[in-house]
Amino acid sequence: MKRFALAGNPNSGKTTLFNALTGSNAYVGNWPGVTVEQRKGVYKKKGVEEVEIVDLPGIYSLSPYTPEEVISRNFILDEKPDCIINIVDASNLERNLYLTTQLLEMDVPVIIALNMMDIIEKRGDKIDTEAIERKLGVQVVPISASRDKGLEDLMQYAIATAHGERKGKTVLENESGEMVKGATKIYEKAGVENPMFHAVKALEKDEIELKIHEDLVKEVLNKYEDHKKPFDELSADGRYNFITKEVSIYDSASRRAQKAKLTGSDKIDKILTHRWLGLPLFFLVLLVVFALTFSEDLFFLNRWFGVEFEHASFAGTMFEGLIWTEEGINSPGVILANFVNAFNGVGDFTEDVAWGGIMVSINSWVEPLKEVPGWDWFPGFVNTIFADGVFAVIGFLPQIAVLFLFFSILEDCGYMARVAFIFDRIFRKMGLSGRALIPMIMGFGCSVPAMINTRTLNTDNERISTIRVIPFFTCGAKAEMLSAIAGVLAINFGLNAVAVSYGFYVGGMFVAVLAVILMHWTTLREKVPPFIMELPSYHFPSPKATAIHLWDKIKHYVEKAATIIVIAALLIWLFTHLSFTQGWIKEAAFEENALEAYHNSVLGQVGYVVSYIFTPVGFGAQTAEGWAYTVATLTGLVAKEVVPGTISVLASGDIEAFVQASGITLGGFFGFITFSLFTIPCFAAIGAAKGELKKGTLWKTICFWLGSGYVMGALVYVTVDYVWSLAITLPLIIGVYVLAYFYNKKKTAQERELEKAKEEIIESL
Amino acid sequence: MKKTLNNFKVGETGIITSIKGEGRIRRRMLDMGLTTGTEVYLRKVAPLGDPIEVTLRGYELSLRKSEAETIELEMKEGD
Repeated sequence: MKRFALAGNPNSGKTTLFNALTGSNAYVGNWPGVTVEQRKGVYKKKGVEEVEIVDLPGIYSLSPYTPEEVISRNFILDEKPDCIINIVDASNLERNLYLTTQLLEMDVPVIIALNMMDIIEKRGDKIDTEAIERKLGVQVVPISASRDKGLEDLMQYAIATAHGERKGKTVLENESGEMVKGATKIYEKAGVENPMFHAVKALEKDEIELKIHEDLVKEVLNKYEDHKKPFDELSADGRYNFITKEVSIYDSASRRAQKAKLTGSDKIDKILTHRWLGLPLFFLVLLVVFALTFSEDLFFLNRWFGVEFEHASFAGTMFEGLIWTEEGINSPGVILANFVNAFNGVGDFTEDVAWGGIMVSINSWVEPLKEVPGWDWFPGFVNTIFADGVFAVIGFLPQIAVLFLFFSILEDCGYMARVAFIFDRIFRKMGLSGRALIPMIMGFGCSVPAMINTRTLNTDNERISTIRVIPFFTCGAKAEMLSAIAGVLAINFGLNAVAVSYGFYVGGMFVAVLAVILMHWTTLREKVPPFIMELPSYHFPSPKATAIHLWDKIKHYVEKAATIIVIAALLIWLFTHLSFTQGWIKEAAFEENALEAYHNSVLGQVGYVVSYIFTPVGFGAQTAEGWAYTVATLTGLVAKEVVPGTISVLASGDIEAFVQASGITLGGFFGFITFSLFTIPCFAAIGAAKGELKKGTLWKTICFWLGSGYVMGALVYVTVDYVWSLAITLPLIIGVYVLAYFYNKKKTAQERELEKAKEEIIESL
Repeated sequence: MKKTLNNFKVGETGIITSIKGEGRIRRRMLDMGLTTGTEVYLRKVAPLGDPIEVTLRGYELSLRKSEAETIELEMKEGD
């Protein structure tokens, strides 16, 4: 089967074209070793030979500036596709053709797919495709990827092109053209494949080229050194001059007219990136997205405007409270989640309706086995796999999907690029670019989509530090945990639960900022990534592209999360039923005295030992039931909703009385909450992080979370219970930051010198 | 009159006379079309004063003032 590579600028409609060509059989993975999406698919059409299509990442050039550029260039050089389909955005011809002039220097058949011709025609412009063909020496096929126009022609020509061969050709003329030709001869003599491409890179003093062909680069540079202008400038000038002179549709008069006219995008930007309105509007957009995803009182219609309901919708059925409750109207996200959960029979459902969802049916089938000797464990086991495992994953899905949908739309329509533009100033101070704000904010909803979203960040270090602090943004499950223990805070400790929750939200963000800065100064040192970014014009996202986008991400989540959560649920079940002393704990023992049965289990005993580790966090040896808090904390690593659930089971339903009896202090209880909020958020998040990080980094990140939970928990515990300890801890923290600051300063100076030395070596070649 | 891009005001246009800068960032700017002789128009400034958005070669590009500082342009009068 022939293999074609799809190459082009970001925002040129490349993904749309890929989806249109490959349909539903696309496969999404990561490029080996890096977290850049790799998409492959097969073009199938009756009477035409099947072709594999590889979607290269969107790039502006073949310089080794971003991982995407290196991947694309290596793919073409090493994997030798039979043809490159170079998609070119006709409405942005100049910059798009720049990449084309570089691709043409490789010994690969190339065909140009001139996209968005409909926009050009609408504008009343004309592009002479024949002139481009003549000048570039390759075929040009006008298409409209979003309207499925011209695609069959494109593939027919591409297949014909792939059967031939093409020698690299440069558009550079005069001085730089002569240099390229001469350097190419040197590479040809050495028998290097794609000689012209390598020769150009040698003249540009390209870092990668220097590594692989050091001798040849030196030979080339010896011959062609000493020009007034560096070659990279000559070549960029030359390429752009060729494009404007020979093929561009714009003359300066039409461009001036275009500039003077306010485009639709400008009008929108006048408001969205307005000096005063820009920031508040962003937070308003976020509020609306979160309200539509998570709110159980949509837009506070009940709280603020008193839109009340006497009864919940569908009262008395398994769908009770589906659309509204006494609290208010549900958001679309909650309605979907309620529907799915009711169908599965997990969560709030009425047991006495005839068919209470799949879970009730399953339970009723296996229930009789309780009486069968030797099978009494089976119903509980089945309940664990389905209720805690499979349906827990499915139960998360609706809201994750809704959140994904909104963020995909904001991304595709061009707003996210503006968000990066607005916030870059603040984030640069922390060593990140403005883009990093988006995954962090998504973390308030759910860590899983937030971590997947870090793909859009520029550098590895930026991605790692963002993933690490995402859990500090209190997610939906943690909010649920906080609300479950609200009673304890109010009754046992006489505190205002809302104020405490708010404190944890704000504290989390604050710690995230401090952690990012510390990492930027020490372990994740790197220059602040540059911010040279195209701002695409606003446009309505195509429903088809959004749907495919959404489907990819959901599939990714289910694959990663499902296995991890189901296995974890199974392990917890196993270790709460095994006992070191009694072998297998009978189901009847749990019904008799849950606290004692759990205490005797392997998990309870391990919890007992581990609880001593948590003494500095306030819920270890100090309290009679330290093991119970420890077990809740450990199971909470699977998912934070489990924490109150476990405590509730251990306390036989009365958490307040249990906390009272355990004799835990306020600081200890705060330490208990804090640890859970700042540690591994859930196994699903580990699964998501696994997809985005390299293996070693993943382990370091897990250790980071365990450490951050422990340190923060201990800090909160001692501060609440022994305020005087601030006299020790505060100087300690400040000391760490001062040390890190000077470490960073010294390292930066060293790195600058190293870089200077390196550049001098390259210059001297 | 010559001045660097970071000193431009919204609505001003200039023609690039030189790109100073170093290494990868300079290379990136060249790739994005910021070459000598190119007309650049300062379209807007972010709410916090940085980065900036310029129009060149028929598209919009945003960059930081620290990067814009390395680009020198000849102001176009009466534009």
